[in-house]
Amino acid sequence: MNLLHKLTEKPWLAQPEGAELALAEDTSLRFPARTALKFFIAIVSVLFFLFSITFLSRSQFPNFQALAGEPWLPLSHPSQLWFNSGLLLLASVGLELAKRQAARQRVNGLVLALGFAVICSIGFVIGQYLVWLQLSGMGFTISANPANSYFYLLTAVHALHLLGGLLALARLIYLFGERPNLASLQQNLSLCALYWHYLLLLWLFLFTLLAAPADAYRAIAAFCGL
Amino acid sequence: MNYTAIADRPDESHHPTTFVTKYIWSQDHKVIAIQYAGTAIFVGLIALVLSGMMRLQLGFPDSFSFINPSDYLQFVTMHGMIMVIYLLTALLLGGFGNYLIPLMLGARDMVFPYLNMLSYWTYLLSVIVLLASFFVPGGPAGAGWTLYPPQSILQGTPGNDMGIIMMLASLGIFIVAFTMGGLNYVTTVLQARAKGMTLMRMPLTIWGIFVATILGLLAFPALLVSAIMMLLDKLVGTSFFMPALVSLGEPLSYQGGSPILFQHLFWFFGHPEVYIVALPAFGMVSDVIATHARKNIFGYRMMVWAIVAIGGLSFLVWAHHMYVSGMNPYFGFFFATTTLIIAVPTALKVYNWVLTLWRGNIHMTLPMMFAIGFIFTFTHGGLTGLFLGNVVVDLPLSDTYFVVGHFHMVMGVSPIMVLFAAIYHWFPKITGRFLNTSLGKLHFWITFLGTYAIYLPMHYLGFLGVPRRYFAMGADYIPESAQTLNASITVSALIVGLAQLVFIANLLWSIFRGQPAGDNPWNATTLEWQTATTPPGHGNWGAELPVVYRWAYDYSVPGVKADFIPQNCPQSAVELVADERAAADVSGERGGPYNEPTA
Repeated sequence: MNLLHKLTEKPWLAQPEGAELALAEDTSLRFPARTALKFFIAIVSVLFFLFSITFLSRSQFPNFQALAGEPWLPLSHPSQLWFNSGLLLLASVGLELAKRQAARQRVNGLVLALGFAVICSIGFVIGQYLVWLQLSGMGFTISANPANSYFYLLTAVHALHLLGGLLALARLIYLFGERPNLASLQQNLSLCALYWHYLLLLWLFLFTLLAAPADAYRAIAAFCGL
Repeated sequence: MNYTAIADRPDESHHPTTFVTKYIWSQDHKVIAIQYAGTAIFVGLIALVLSGMMRLQLGFPDSFSFINPSDYLQFVTMHGMIMVIYLLTALLLGGFGNYLIPLMLGARDMVFPYLNMLSYWTYLLSVIVLLASFFVPGGPAGAGWTLYPPQSILQGTPGNDMGIIMMLASLGIFIVAFTMGGLNYVTTVLQARAKGMTLMRMPLTIWGIFVATILGLLAFPALLVSAIMMLLDKLVGTSFFMPALVSLGEPLSYQGGSPILFQHLFWFFGHPEVYIVALPAFGMVSDVIATHARKNIFGYRMMVWAIVAIGGLSFLVWAHHMYVSGMNPYFGFFFATTTLIIAVPTALKVYNWVLTLWRGNIHMTLPMMFAIGFIFTFTHGGLTGLFLGNVVVDLPLSDTYFVVGHFHMVMGVSPIMVLFAAIYHWFPKITGRFLNTSLGKLHFWITFLGTYAIYLPMHYLGFLGVPRRYFAMGADYIPESAQTLNASITVSALIVGLAQLVFIANLLWSIFRGQPAGDNPWNATTLEWQTATTPPGHGNWGAELPVVYRWAYDYSVPGVKADFIPQNCPQSAVELVADERAAADVSGERGGPYNEPTA
């Protein structure tokens, strides 16, 4: 509504003297990095949306064999993936805690929570790699079937985004070491926490998609008209 | 956190001190803009030479032994990809976006200067990877700029080995660069505007760049997805896009993939890409026309809404590029309808440009000449688009020269006319000097008339059924008259190509010897012309950021002495004419000291 109101302004009409200054908010309240992160999350969402659409479309071609659904298929009981999901959830919780510790100016708690989050994140990436090894060991290699190709592709792209987040977090910690400023750190940690929560949600979506049986794909594809 | 871009008093420590930090690893948006523009123009000249080679072959077949069929297809592919992505997108958004966003909004810089610098260097890397593909075994990709699988990665297609791999890698790198730059542009527009600069007071240039950047950020992922999946098909042997095939008598390991899926992804990017190029051009031409006609832009709100509407609709028309691929008739009907609907806001913009000119105090400066030229070329290109948007008309015309004529008029010549208008318009701000007028007029007339000499006959050839993409037509395949026309197109193309050397020479000469222009030679209202120094120094605005009191189009305001009021001029500082009758007398011809360059 607010945007609609802005877009219907008539800028050619004269404003009363001094109104311009009232229109602008205080610049010190602006936090451009949050806006940029929201856009970035939108871009990543579009990326995965497009991957998913192609996945659903490809799943309707005859040689596609889902990775779950029958007892002998590897993702019918994906215990390692559940474990990895737990790690990512813990990482997300850890960052949320770190953000709150920074807000309360508790440095010890902050370091503990951050360390926990980083270890869980790295654990998630390693866990995903172990799933890759298990799958390829069982003969489910990347080019053997399109469902496998998508599994490797989507988990790799997701893990790359997490590694990118870890790089950003490392830079944040380095900058904090250079110039300790808890207020600024808390603000930036809130961005990291938001990004981690997003990656968790994204992973849960991918997990659901990749570990679904062929019937589910058929139903979704029919619903989407694919 | 305090951001330099919106800080009233910038931290002095951010000022670059060495040559390297000032001009090479620079974080200043103006330097980055010039780096982007220089690289884009350089790579664009290469693409221009490639088009010249193609035209030599088409106009005079069997005359040039150094162009074989493989070379020809590689020229076509590289010309298209370079022009669309590495020249137009990079020059309009990386070049003009970078230069104008902070200056027009009253910011000191982009909000993330370091990211901005990384964006340029990543773009340069993508250009280097792309150009390096000319020197790998097998040469660059030769599958057409759309890179359709399966043929783009199969044996028999030129550049099917390293060429296509480097093309896809380069595109991936470019998209990373664009994302870094694009995040900067949208965040700067949303967060770093000067006090008083409401969204609806932004010049249309900024609106165009802003919406185009959002389109780019949402559309480039589609290209990235298709590039990644095709790379995997090529390198790892997956079958995302590759169907079961027999190549050179041998069955390949691919099975079950869908080439049509690639086409959907490609055009889901490809059509918004047209508007990623067009919207900044629409915005810039609006500002050029308003300034040089000394008149407020006609229907400002409509212009903004049209930009937003075109941006939204551009995601709903992609499959009109795929009518010949075969699709459900309802699907074709839907896309034909949306394609015709998008013509409504586009036509609205054309009407508004013409109505801005109507009874304006038109100054036939070089930017204005190119802007008016753009209205012609864009209208012609747009009208032929209405033909092609209809399925039944598109089917017989799709693979002919009609399409080549159409999209070059609408997407090649038109944005380039605006780019020239913009360069002639903003060059005095960038360098402090005018471009030479006589050379500019020579450049304009050869380019404007020359492009008609090139592309109008192509529509006729298309109606005749002359196919595009063919290396040679053969003596009996098309009538002799068509071949004569083809030769004349080639001669025109070479002349227009050479005329661009006049422009480059003008550019280089004027940087050092051009007539000094002063701070605001066009008496323009927008903020970039109100800087204390020209070219603007680091931080743009001296100690205090400007405050905005009005919209960007206060030209020829009745009752006001000068024929323009800058955006940062408060009402109390506006000088009025003595009485109302005098105001009425001068309202039509209140030409201030308009510092036009002498010929």
